[in-house]
Amino acid sequence: MNGHEFTLAGARLTALPSGALWWGARRMLVVSDLHLGKSDRAARRTGALLPPYETEDTLARLDADIAALAPASLLCLGDSFDDLAAADALSEAHLLWLARMMAGRRWLWVEGNHDPGPLTLGGTHLAEHREGDLTFRHIAETDATGEVSGHYHPKARVAASIVRPCFLADERRVILPSYGTYTGGLDCRSGPLAEVMGPDAIALLVGPKVTPVPMPRAQSVGKSSTAS
Amino acid sequence: MVMLPDKIAAWFTGRGWSAHPHQLTMLQQADTPALLLVAPTGGGKTLAGFLPTLAELADNPAPGLHTLYISPLKALAADIKRNLTTPVQQIDLPIRIEDRTGDTSYTQRRRQRADPPHILLTTPESLALLLSYEDAGRTFAGLSRVIVDEIHALAESKRGDQLMLALSRLSALAPGVRRVGLSATVEDPAAIGRFLAPHPEPCHIVSADPGPDPDIRMLDTPDPPPWAGGGGRYAIPTVLTEIRRHRTTLIFHNTRAQAELFFRDLWLANDEGLPIAIHHGSLAREQRQKVEAAMVAGELRAIVCTGTLDLGIDWGDVDLVIQVGAPKNVKRLVQRIGRANHRYNAPSKALLVPANRFEVVECIAALEAAKAHDLDGDPRGPGPRDVLVQHILAMAAAGPIDADALFAEIRTAAPYAALTRADFDACLDFAANGGYALKAYDRYQRLVQKGGLWQLRDPRTAQRIRMNLGTIIGTETVKVRLRGRGGQPLGEVEEGFAATLTPGDTFLMGGEVVRYESLREMTVEVSRNRGGEPKIAAFNGTKFATSTQLSQRILRMFQQKSWPNLPDHTAEWLMLQREVSKLPEPDRLLVETFPHDGREHLVAYGFAGRNAQQTLGLLLTHRMEVQGLNPLGFVATDYATLIWGLDRVDTPAPLFAPDDLREGLETWLHGNAVMKRTFRNSAIIVGLIDRNTPGKRKTGRQATFSSDILYDTLRKYDPDHLLMQITREEALKGLVDFGRIEEMLARINGRIDHKALTRVTPLAAPLFLEPGRIPIKGAGQERILADTAARLMEEAGLA
Repeated sequence: MNGHEFTLAGARLTALPSGALWWGARRMLVVSDLHLGKSDRAARRTGALLPPYETEDTLARLDADIAALAPASLLCLGDSFDDLAAADALSEAHLLWLARMMAGRRWLWVEGNHDPGPLTLGGTHLAEHREGDLTFRHIAETDATGEVSGHYHPKARVAASIVRPCFLADERRVILPSYGTYTGGLDCRSGPLAEVMGPDAIALLVGPKVTPVPMPRAQSVGKSSTAS
Repeated sequence: MVMLPDKIAAWFTGRGWSAHPHQLTMLQQADTPALLLVAPTGGGKTLAGFLPTLAELADNPAPGLHTLYISPLKALAADIKRNLTTPVQQIDLPIRIEDRTGDTSYTQRRRQRADPPHILLTTPESLALLLSYEDAGRTFAGLSRVIVDEIHALAESKRGDQLMLALSRLSALAPGVRRVGLSATVEDPAAIGRFLAPHPEPCHIVSADPGPDPDIRMLDTPDPPPWAGGGGRYAIPTVLTEIRRHRTTLIFHNTRAQAELFFRDLWLANDEGLPIAIHHGSLAREQRQKVEAAMVAGELRAIVCTGTLDLGIDWGDVDLVIQVGAPKNVKRLVQRIGRANHRYNAPSKALLVPANRFEVVECIAALEAAKAHDLDGDPRGPGPRDVLVQHILAMAAAGPIDADALFAEIRTAAPYAALTRADFDACLDFAANGGYALKAYDRYQRLVQKGGLWQLRDPRTAQRIRMNLGTIIGTETVKVRLRGRGGQPLGEVEEGFAATLTPGDTFLMGGEVVRYESLREMTVEVSRNRGGEPKIAAFNGTKFATSTQLSQRILRMFQQKSWPNLPDHTAEWLMLQREVSKLPEPDRLLVETFPHDGREHLVAYGFAGRNAQQTLGLLLTHRMEVQGLNPLGFVATDYATLIWGLDRVDTPAPLFAPDDLREGLETWLHGNAVMKRTFRNSAIIVGLIDRNTPGKRKTGRQATFSSDILYDTLRKYDPDHLLMQITREEALKGLVDFGRIEEMLARINGRIDHKALTRVTPLAAPLFLEPGRIPIKGAGQERILADTAARLMEEAGLA
């Protein structure tokens, strides 16, 4: 499946080209930061009338991953909705679509900063989730181990012209890229990501296939680069 | 008819001046509703435009706005203010003159709306903003004249379309307002006249004596220009000699990066410490104003500059203009030459400095065209709908809209004279609810209908609309300032460039070498790095396209048996090209292939202009990708497209099969980067995505997602959306320019000469230094990514 396998706290995990994480042993699919209803929220709050098709597109991609892997559990790692009102504003068709995907499997909603509090949808709602030796939460915590999180929408630049969303992984944690269609990204060289990831972290770039590189770092001053 | 009042006439006499015939004609024609003056640079055009205003305001003018002056440049507005204030003070006229641009302070701008001066000097963008306020009716109620300076330049772009929409509103707010256009020499004055006048009214045209031909030559240098590259730094010793010989020299460059590099080296060679400054649009306002003030005071011997100083600015005693790099366009060359010797009937003096050997040919071709008065120009189509959407939104910000009245008003703007009601309604629909096939936004409509009038649902939206006004779309930039508290602002660089910097990298900014330290709150912090070598050039400037006429002249010149009109070094270079490969011919297509630096290269010399050559690059690389030739990228210039990749192309001719190229345009071109760039520009103009105003930028995690995602989404779910239609239209006439590819295909009619060579050819060499390389995101890039990733992992001990 063109993914990249790695181990976290003894669990064999696969980073998928779509930006989802697959835990084969538990048949569990993890996606983060779907931001469903983003155009709805933008229209409501700023008057920006973005093309209202991102929920459709995000659900279609999720449906394709589910069809390919038939997961027993699906975990949404927070910021599944752009805000709670956006969740309430989902169209009938999209609600039915979600219900169809939820049918016959365990579905976990971990809450994020955009969607704190209970949703009126099915599935289980959690602040965070523990399974085996892994902890699933929205925002990475400094001292955690075996942690799977999202929130930052990491991106990495490899060559001057190649910038892609990526997973960040080290021996303690993995941070997922955002899965939603209208989501920007944070350069992994910037502050919070550089601090939370260990020195041996790798970035797994998503694309036609997943490509691992050492996590790009902002170089310290004085150690000037000649390769620019 | 207005007479020159005695005190103004006395002022003229007192200085030993007499008005030019065309200045008096303008005075006699003062009551004409639409009037266009065509005069060469230095012909006292601006004074001719203002004389009727000064005459009408000479005695006890009523308070309120009388004349609105619009120029394409902020600097020009400030310059005119100075030039006009001096005689007004000396004659002791009771006239208040103020300027208003993006640089004007907030309090000043507020006051101007409530208590406007007699003469307000502004830009199209600031006018659009003024018209978007609720009190626009009061501000412009008594307006009597509108002067549009450098209208020939505005008429070439969306800024002109926006301005004509603004004038249609002004004519509604101040019925009877007279329009005056001031134009440099153009190939078709009647077209400019039609552009200016309210449709379908006539425009009266006044033509001034064109004056003597300019004294224009190529600079003789002991060293020949380099084989390739830009910047003309080889000519610095000779340029310094010329600066010494003249009072003030303007040194024009085509890009900011080149201006920076040239300035730095000029300064290093300036042993006498002649006062020389640099001026371009990326420098901080404080820096620019310092240079402008020094120039007016006559303190500078030379100014290294770019297009920022291109138009009509009359600063002191410029007696020599040096153009570094090929001028690309004969009209622009004539304009720039006009900067020198701003005295009517004295020939202006200019020197051309070709940056490399190819530009020698281009400079000679341009010189011959200028001497033959063979100006170039392409007619523009009807006004684009993205500008129209923006205008509708701005009008809604000013107050409730009556759709019928607004439609009628808009059709008086010449670019929109043929606008259909259906197209207008589609634009109004977009402004109101986004215009999507999926009607998701009924709850959040931007405009709602109340009592038959359209108005903003949420009045706070007006602020956002105003912030996004304007049709100039630059690349995304970030500010640069010196590190430390209250660090001095230096200017700005492109965001893409900032993203590639790592601490310790050095680049040029305002003529000094700075060292990148950090990126903080979307500001690049740097430190001074005296004596250091800059590693990277800072920014791409505007890239001009060589006009069709000039390209054809060059092709004809190539066919000469020998080139006595060219310097020896260039003639020898062309001869060398003829020996190792061949020279392109007007009715054939030359294609060269050769390896270089570990990659295979292909060059197609189509001479179809930059945009068409770029489209050709997209179409060819797509076909190469399909054939498994692993193209990695290409770069296009006005005369050729250079493609590089992993595999050699053995038989290039089939790549140019016309039917396949046409099919490629129809089927896949819409997914590529050029279309996305076109989309982004229109998406900003219609306000779908926000303009990046400095300081308003979202910071941190909520980085803006790219407009590419919106384009892909619309293409998939709503391909006939208004914005997609606009994008296709814009691409066909602008960036894609398939028309010139068809023209080239017809011209060559299948006659393709393939030269398979072992190394870079003389004619291909300059292509390797062109900025604007476009990567191909295909199999080749995946292979490079895989290789790079493997190497990095190995180096890090992670493999």
